Amino acid sequence: MMKKYINLSIVLVLLVGLSAFAQQTPAPNQTTAMSITRVTAHIGDGTVINNATIVFENGKITAIGDASTVTAGTVVDASGQHIYPGIIAPAKSLGLVEVDAVRASNDQDEIGEMIPHIRSLIAYNAESKVVESMRPNGVLIAQIAPQGGTISGTSSIVQLDAWNWEDAAVKVDDGIHMRWPSSFRRGRWWLGEPRGFKPNDNYAKDIEKIRSFFTTAKAYENSETNGGEHNLAYSATQGIFDGSQQLFVSANGEKEIIDAVTFCKEMGIQKMVIVGGYNAHKITDFLKQNNIAVLVGQPHAQPSMEDHDYDHNYKLPKLLMDAGLLVGIQNSRMSNFQTRNMPFYAGQVAGQGLDKEKALQLITGNNAKILGIDADYGTLTVGKSATFFVSQGDALDMRTNLLTYAFIDGRKLSLETHQTELWKRYTEKYSKQ
Amino acid sequence: MNKYFLVFLALIMGQSLFAQDYYPVNDGVKETSKPYTSFTNATIYISPTEVITKASLVIRDGKVVNVGKNIQIPNGSVVIDLEGKTIYPSFIDLYTDFGVTKAKRAQGNGRSPQYSATREGFYWNDHIMPDFNAIDAFKFDSKKATEFRKAGFGVVNASRQDGISQGTGILVSLRESGDDSNRILDASSTDHFSFSKSVASRQSYPGSLMGSMALLRQVNHDLIWYTAGGSTTKDRALDAMITNKGITKIFDAGNKGNDIRADKIGDQFGIQYVIVGGGDEYERIQDIKATNATYILPINFPDAYDVSNPYMTDYISLADMRNWNQAPSNPKAMADNGIRFALTTHELKSLSAFKAKLIKAIQHGLDKTKALEALTTVPASVLGKSDVLGTLRKGAYANFLITSGDIFEDGTTLYENWTSGQKSVINDMSVKDIRGTYNLTAAGKTYTMDITGDMAKPKAEIKLGETKYPATLSYKEGWIVLGMTDEATKDVTRMTAVVNKSSNNLSGKLITPSGTEQQFSATRTGDAKEEEEEEEEEEEEDAPEVVAMTYPNIGYGYKTIPSSKNILFRNATVWTSEEQGTLTETDVLVVNGKISKIGINLSADNATVIDATGKHLTAGIIDEHSHIAALAINEGGHNSSAEVTIEDVVDPEDIGIYRNLAGGVTSIQILHGSANPIGGRSAIIKLKWGESADNMIYQDSPKFIKFALGENVKQSNWTSFSRFPQTRMGVEQMFIDYFTRAQEYEQSKQAGGTFRYDLEMETLSEILKSERFISCHSYVQSEINMLMKVAEKFDFRVNTFTHILEGYKVADKMVEHGVGGSTFSDWWAYKFEVNDAIPYNAAIMTNQGVTVAINSDDGEMSRRLNQEAAKTVKYGGMSEEQAWKMVTINPAKLLHLDDRVGSIKVGKDADLVLWNDNPLSIYAKAEKTFIEGALFFDLEKDKQMRATIKQERNTLVKMMMKDKGGDGGKKRPPSGRPKQVFTCETL
Repeated sequence: MMKKYINLSIVLVLLVGLSAFAQQTPAPNQTTAMSITRVTAHIGDGTVINNATIVFENGKITAIGDASTVTAGTVVDASGQHIYPGIIAPAKSLGLVEVDAVRASNDQDEIGEMIPHIRSLIAYNAESKVVESMRPNGVLIAQIAPQGGTISGTSSIVQLDAWNWEDAAVKVDDGIHMRWPSSFRRGRWWLGEPRGFKPNDNYAKDIEKIRSFFTTAKAYENSETNGGEHNLAYSATQGIFDGSQQLFVSANGEKEIIDAVTFCKEMGIQKMVIVGGYNAHKITDFLKQNNIAVLVGQPHAQPSMEDHDYDHNYKLPKLLMDAGLLVGIQNSRMSNFQTRNMPFYAGQVAGQGLDKEKALQLITGNNAKILGIDADYGTLTVGKSATFFVSQGDALDMRTNLLTYAFIDGRKLSLETHQTELWKRYTEKYSKQ
Repeated sequence: MNKYFLVFLALIMGQSLFAQDYYPVNDGVKETSKPYTSFTNATIYISPTEVITKASLVIRDGKVVNVGKNIQIPNGSVVIDLEGKTIYPSFIDLYTDFGVTKAKRAQGNGRSPQYSATREGFYWNDHIMPDFNAIDAFKFDSKKATEFRKAGFGVVNASRQDGISQGTGILVSLRESGDDSNRILDASSTDHFSFSKSVASRQSYPGSLMGSMALLRQVNHDLIWYTAGGSTTKDRALDAMITNKGITKIFDAGNKGNDIRADKIGDQFGIQYVIVGGGDEYERIQDIKATNATYILPINFPDAYDVSNPYMTDYISLADMRNWNQAPSNPKAMADNGIRFALTTHELKSLSAFKAKLIKAIQHGLDKTKALEALTTVPASVLGKSDVLGTLRKGAYANFLITSGDIFEDGTTLYENWTSGQKSVINDMSVKDIRGTYNLTAAGKTYTMDITGDMAKPKAEIKLGETKYPATLSYKEGWIVLGMTDEATKDVTRMTAVVNKSSNNLSGKLITPSGTEQQFSATRTGDAKEEEEEEEEEEEEDAPEVVAMTYPNIGYGYKTIPSSKNILFRNATVWTSEEQGTLTETDVLVVNGKISKIGINLSADNATVIDATGKHLTAGIIDEHSHIAALAINEGGHNSSAEVTIEDVVDPEDIGIYRNLAGGVTSIQILHGSANPIGGRSAIIKLKWGESADNMIYQDSPKFIKFALGENVKQSNWTSFSRFPQTRMGVEQMFIDYFTRAQEYEQSKQAGGTFRYDLEMETLSEILKSERFISCHSYVQSEINMLMKVAEKFDFRVNTFTHILEGYKVADKMVEHGVGGSTFSDWWAYKFEVNDAIPYNAAIMTNQGVTVAINSDDGEMSRRLNQEAAKTVKYGGMSEEQAWKMVTINPAKLLHLDDRVGSIKVGKDADLVLWNDNPLSIYAKAEKTFIEGALFFDLEKDKQMRATIKQERNTLVKMMMKDKGGDGGKKRPPSGRPKQVFTCETL
């Protein structure tokens, strides 16, 4: 039986591996200047320029403005079309899992509870078919985060058109990801408990474990302070104390968020972000006072409680934005393939009455700010990377999210994928019958 | 109660009765003692409705000899004067496991499920155990019997509460003296059933509620066949069922939905079960009444939640809060609706809580006569023993209670519980009431002492001037023991005295802290002060506030179920999903739940006009593949489960229904899951929020069944290696095997004679006759092609491939076969077999002429199917009208419902959605959703309900804060609803 099982695994690996060769070839560096004209430019900071011209050279935006802007290099007339900053997907294990159910293709969750030293970047599969399927929808940048455990590991930010992880890296080891304990937990039905929520009697104990870890990690400076022995986990944590790294804390309840924020302040953690934030709308004043940004879960989710508003998840980012918080959207709880629906998440929030340009911020400018890459990405701004895409229509609506061009650092990407190839192949098959 | 005292009583009262008359005597001379005992001057409840005062009861040899006013007291009778006291027939509990040893839990062994039965010579399923007899596992439990007697019970029915067919129960007298020859009143009194599997077997079938229901039906069919001599082998389980035929059948259903399910099964086979309910019957009282069953109701009313922590309170649903508030009124609701019921201690954590719960039910309006009937005459009649149990008529067992007054009042004392003429003292009737105010003279000082509280268990309070001396008081067997603490020195002074019946004063020995012995005396100066308690009582007398119920009885339920109205939609953009396409500035008239007219400037007549200017009107969305609104999705205990149907387990209270309505969905097919190649039958329902499950299911519903292919049915993604099939090759052969057997079954059925009615084969036969349609879960092209070929071989057509992610590879073959496709818009990468799933699938299949629907298989996505349909515009360039058809008329066609729903066409059901925008737009919201002209979702109403939910939660939280809690003042920790979200793969 075991032998059979092993053989099966090998076959699966081979199959998954082989078909990955269908991957699109990454685009070469930008060599000539390019201008896109007569386009509606959605800047990603809440503003829009009609009939805009955007010029980019050597991978950077060199000019953006109205029709009077002087063009350079190849000019592309995009009249009637729309240009958007590349969409940024935070806190996601993109490229760490190819097929959810195939264990051999899953590299997102290492064993261990407190493992900040586990780094996502080196396992990121730049040639993943799931990753390539992001581009035709405008998702061009992602933060690749390990999942599971309490401290899941260290993320890096990548661009989604690369030969390998090294080339893909935009910001290496940018943050540590942690899941805050829950004061309630679901019943362990497989042990005969009811399936519903019940108080987590170990909540305080769970927090104490985290406190003890961070306290020791903070005191740890180097191996000399640790009896001459190096500790990988502690040394991997130093960035969040000196401010060079962010701590992304996944928390959803009011109590949990307040506890997490209070804890981080006490610990002297310089920069933290709340991920999830299901009940953040109830404590917006608190979050504002503490200057905490929130990466809200995807709006395409069900309310967690029967009595909650049916549209709670749809409108939550709007509620937080209206309250003046810095808000982005992530979808860490979904299958990776769903990440290509990021533009429609923003569209869904706009459907609840949020201005469309503001909704766009949720997945571009705001996400860039929250991830600390706003100097280069997130908005169509002179001096920033030429990472953007052109859509025939409104990119936040699925009917009109039809990409004509996409660029990362000025490189013109292929918009083909394994999926478009199969589409064309079978359309052709039938056209010849 | 003092243990030794009981033993003593048993000795003097019962000794001579130990031996039966015809037993030889070797230890002395034969002693017979069968005296008359007469109770005089009592108020006697001969039955709940026959009450006589100043009357007498005469008993002898365990039976009532005479009862009435002015009756002759026989010579030589022991006479007990019960002046001021009341006699009731003692209580009967129909549903207990008293004295019956529990079933032994089967030990786990191996990682693969167990598919076969373990018992030889019995039924093919271990969970059917009609051959079990509780009498064989009975041992009188003296401790428990004492608890029951304290709670007022004289007789209990007991069974082993384990398994689907549980076997027979016994009727037991709770008398302490004697042995089983006296106690067992009926060794085979009842026959028991439930929907839960036995813990004693690991046999995996049935693994769901619908499986249990199918099994119960099948065993009844098998019984008919077996009785007719159809079997050539011996089945001792079925033999036992034949033996048990005439016995009262008790079904432990456990909640309102299951009450109705159990009754339905009974109706099918001419059995009227007596149903053990769940206490939530009030929520569907009319349907409960319609069962015509007698109920056995638990009164384990829930304790209040601990709502002191506001963060935690959020986890408690309004439904659970309401349940706390409303459940105590369940018995009243049953009584008000003329539904016959008995009460049981079943599900009570402790028997000592029984009286408090009973009083709670009465405070909530349960009539006392009904309460007494529910504890006496109703259970007696259920057992067919009205002549000897439940009343104190001549000839009945001398099972009665002696109380200080109204047994349903808080302050009433239960003195004695007589079972079969055997006395059991609960509270000593002869206890002298020592409550009062005293001057206590001890060690040279005079204190004031107040004795208050319960007569049998009084409390003492001692003061010297204003200084309190904490006191302990015990009062037992005519003696008091008093302790008094000097708080300044912590010294304890002890006193003890015998209570003298002829004096109101107390005097006895005192032991000082230093150990010297002295005398003390307490002189009674007046009655006890009871002011505080009286105040409390007044408070309790206020009728408890019960919040209003809704349909369903959860947050977002409606006070009244929406009803059909005549409506004129004025000036809408109408998406017809028909050939006319989309009509602008058009009116649609709804009359009697149907679309009556479509046109310009229609006359409203008496219809309500809705101005739809700038809005879009569409047919309601239909989801071909849903798993919401069901209590179970997979019956994976066998590789074929054609015998089960989701119609059995529709859950009309799933909030998913309301949320789907908010997304414009009006009809869904609830499909069985994909745990096995031949799954279960579907339920096709309209989302009529508030209606019962039966009223949601389509009338004359087209018949469907779920089939499945690929990784799930091969069990590829979990550790199970023993069930056939494990490969796609095996899947084909399994289908061929089952269809071949179905053909043979049909032939033998046509041939006549004794044949075994087989639910599974009946269903498969329907498929072969094209009376039932297959919706088959499928992924890769090889298996899709295979099933079409198998169907063609058996001369029928597959109706629908659902998921069908590689449909685009064989679309031409699908057209040729005549099968439709119901697919995801853009799902892939979640398992190996969806490697080649592409979002262009729907478009390619449509272009080839396949009827294509977009489905959800997901409770979240189902409420945004309009957006999922819109993705086909992006992926593959479908027109908007084509896209919209994929969630309306196309699924209607696939479900054979296109003559009723799925488009806006005159004569069709008015299942309509009014949107604020183009329904395919990501920005669109459903504003109003109608089913048959009734408004089941309204954005405005939703807003109001949010406010009322908040308010009601607040009201209930306040009430719970005030609540004193249950046993020992305990409250429940907050907890969330155990609602499970299902997908295809949920086991």
